[in-house]
Amino acid sequence: MNMQRKSGSTTKHIGHSHRRLNAKRHLAGRGQFVSDKTLPRMLHAAFVRSPMARGRILDIDISDALKAPGVMRVFTAAELNRICEPWSGTLDHFAGMKSTPQNILSEGDILWAGQPVVMVLAHSRAEAEDACELVFIDIEDEEPVIDGAAAMLPGAKLAAPGLTDNICFQTVLETPGVDAVFAGAAHIFEESFIFGRHTAVTLEPRAILADFDSASGQLTVHHGTQTPYQFQDLYARHFNLREGQVRVIAPDVGGSFGMKLHLYHEEMGAVAASILTGRPVRFLADRLESFVSDIHARDHQVQARMAVSAEGEILAMQVDDLAPVGAVSAYPRTSAAEGNQVIRLMGAPYQMADYRGRLSVVFQNKVQTSQYRAVGHPIACGVTERLCDMAAEALGVDPFDFRARNLIRDDAYPQTSATGYQFEKLSHEACLQQLRQMMNYDGLRAEQAELRKKGIHRGIGIAPFVEITNPGATFYGVGGARISAQDGAIVKLTPAGDVQCLISVTEQGQGTETIIAQVVAEQLALQPSAVKVVTGDTDTTPSGGATWACRGAGIGGETALRAARKLRDQILSIAGKILQADAATLMLSDGAVVDAATGTHRLDLAEIGRIATYRPDTLPAGTDISLTVAHHFAPQGYPFDFTNGIQASLVEVDVETGFVKLLKHWVVEDCGTIINPLLVDEQIRGGVVQGLGPAFFEECLYDDTGQLTNGSLADYLVPMACEMPDIEIGHVETPTLDTILGAKGVGEAGTAAAGAAAMNAVNDALRPFNASVSQTPMTPARILAVLGH
Amino acid sequence: MSTEHKISLTVNGESVSQSVEPRLSLADFLHDKLQLTGTRLGCEMGACGACLVLLNGQPTHACLVLAVQADGDKVETIEGLNERAAITDLQEAFFDRNALQCGFCTTGMVVNAHAFLQTADAPDRDEIRDAISGNYCRCTGYEAIVDAISSVAEKRRGNSADGGTAQ
Repeated sequence: MNMQRKSGSTTKHIGHSHRRLNAKRHLAGRGQFVSDKTLPRMLHAAFVRSPMARGRILDIDISDALKAPGVMRVFTAAELNRICEPWSGTLDHFAGMKSTPQNILSEGDILWAGQPVVMVLAHSRAEAEDACELVFIDIEDEEPVIDGAAAMLPGAKLAAPGLTDNICFQTVLETPGVDAVFAGAAHIFEESFIFGRHTAVTLEPRAILADFDSASGQLTVHHGTQTPYQFQDLYARHFNLREGQVRVIAPDVGGSFGMKLHLYHEEMGAVAASILTGRPVRFLADRLESFVSDIHARDHQVQARMAVSAEGEILAMQVDDLAPVGAVSAYPRTSAAEGNQVIRLMGAPYQMADYRGRLSVVFQNKVQTSQYRAVGHPIACGVTERLCDMAAEALGVDPFDFRARNLIRDDAYPQTSATGYQFEKLSHEACLQQLRQMMNYDGLRAEQAELRKKGIHRGIGIAPFVEITNPGATFYGVGGARISAQDGAIVKLTPAGDVQCLISVTEQGQGTETIIAQVVAEQLALQPSAVKVVTGDTDTTPSGGATWACRGAGIGGETALRAARKLRDQILSIAGKILQADAATLMLSDGAVVDAATGTHRLDLAEIGRIATYRPDTLPAGTDISLTVAHHFAPQGYPFDFTNGIQASLVEVDVETGFVKLLKHWVVEDCGTIINPLLVDEQIRGGVVQGLGPAFFEECLYDDTGQLTNGSLADYLVPMACEMPDIEIGHVETPTLDTILGAKGVGEAGTAAAGAAAMNAVNDALRPFNASVSQTPMTPARILAVLGH
Repeated sequence: MSTEHKISLTVNGESVSQSVEPRLSLADFLHDKLQLTGTRLGCEMGACGACLVLLNGQPTHACLVLAVQADGDKVETIEGLNERAAITDLQEAFFDRNALQCGFCTTGMVVNAHAFLQTADAPDRDEIRDAISGNYCRCTGYEAIVDAISSVAEKRRGNSADGGTAQ
């Protein structure tokens, strides 16, 4: 295969801001979400949930519910769980990890408030909810385990049956010299941090419509998820079906951000109920049950120290992360992955030789936490960057200068971090320089000083970061999880000369289909609008990992590129046969085969499609007339492609009220080859706001009985338009050499460091008061508290 | 159920008569009974703006109104606005600026932006942010939406100054 063949000059699409054609459907009100989907004879599901966080079920009486209008079935665990293999959220590479096996409905033990106990199927959701009110459940209340630190104490109550202690997973990561470095360091800075528990709050709640056809044995599941293949595998294995009997279709998905790739009890309930009734069963979470059943994220208590030399060099960090994760570990990706990334991402942008990170993942009686956008990054970045600012302040060094002294030099790659991460090539210094100019740092500092004289307290914070993207099998595959490390694409030329690409990576609005069209179009010298991209259906697209950990562009894009080049070569081979020319003398340009040397038009693509499809008899015997090719690609080389960047936040703190106004935010980011600048920038902006939300507003608040006390959109604060700043974005491009395309991920970059920059900005504003905050969300009450009000 | 009430209303210019339960919300009536699925449910308590429709011309949370309360009223949804080409410039601006990602908030956002621009005179960015502060978007970070609405306001102003008619 000749990889060097040039595309026509009019058809360069990688690097251009093509618009998302699928956006037009949404703008016309023609989005098609699972919550819009109905099927004949469909039943609606609702769940009776435990009102308390810990206890034992003594009795369940469903007799009144069964008689309620519109009710078809009422299931308890005895009926529903028996057709479902239980699951446990552990992975082999997290040594010693444990988690109590789970099934759909509680079999006696109550582990969190909101746990499903009874499932009702009715002709409408309203009737199902009415019947839920008639179910009688007698639960013997037990004392729940709520506080993470208390859960670790000897003699603590156990959060779930089968445990001997509340430790889910512990690990230590250290270099041999770390103690000696701390013993001899000129300066040690330390702080305790609390990063609040929050949740994804996708605007479309979780949604599933399971349709088991008992005549054919075929299960079709319309599922609002980002990982259809993972669910195909799960449904097949846990319901004892062959993989070929299970089809998962993910249509438009109203936000996912990692939250919709975990297995949930309710989704398994919908599938089980469809299998048992032979009818389509739909479950749409309402907002209230989303809050008590969607995974939550973060919730880390971190004790951190940084050793710094007299010259201002970061020598080492020591970090203890306590991560309470709920009563069970999420399945199939576990609830230990975030803590694991927290302790591995500490200090990642810096030249730092020594390190100790200790992680304790513990059980408590709350809903499970697990992976959500920028897994672990905001915590590691927040801790590292706050300690950097503390060091810079103590040493009398400007925060930019402190970073400039310590960031890994741009000419010093490849590098391995003290925690073992391998960096192919990053651009911290270039990003730092660009940010300083872009935000007019010196001007802002001068303005800050002037305004302080008037009693206006502005703060400027910066935060360099790295982001993990393009993961290979290291993440999950090596731990025994059946989560694909590869992706696949089928690219075909239709008889009329159009191009289709069916690909395993999925679309949730980030623009996957658009960038895949751009990549394919460029290889085939077409316009992206001539390439139809199909995603989200396990029956029609090849198997693959889909969307998680920022792999759509880097892995999906590379898959599409290689598949399209295969098709290009096949088209030219057939063209060579038709034209009786050497295929190497031909190339594609503007929908046609042309002479490579002169650009002379030889044959339209439509003509090749026509001949190969309708008149193969005119081609030499034995000609391969395939105009459909498939290609699968798994990352090789580095285990991950790290990206890097830096963010800055400008805030104004009202020291009388504790309110913080976000005035402006800047990001300089390096995601390698930029396929579509418009979409990259909007991924960054959306990500930043998902980082600012939990920095200032978002927190799942529990009382000491394990009740979520703010589980509605009126009580749980999400960032709205009026509170968010404009966000200016700059780029550095360092393509990965692991792939032809050179693209890395970008979806989590904004979220990774926005909170860290904001925390540094708030503390910069509070500096004259000798006050600092180290807990998120940084609510007005918490800011007033550190100010002594 | 015997408690159903017959209601007659105008939805997107079409007369609709149906029997509905008194507890059925206007949002569920539009989305489920009339299959106008562009009216979406995000919170069912008036906090997220996904279900905004025009009720007698006013942007209204369809989740907070019962279908029976809309008896005799005029309702317009995103589908109606789309079909009568009342929001073509907004749609084009949202498309061009990539002011949507997953699309779930988009219909409510566009309905609200449409209503806002009926009365707003040369809104600045803060006023636009304020106007859409009841529409929750988890994907975009809002800036692109503000840009899109701002550009439409500007263009409509230009058209008015040229003697054209604003929508």
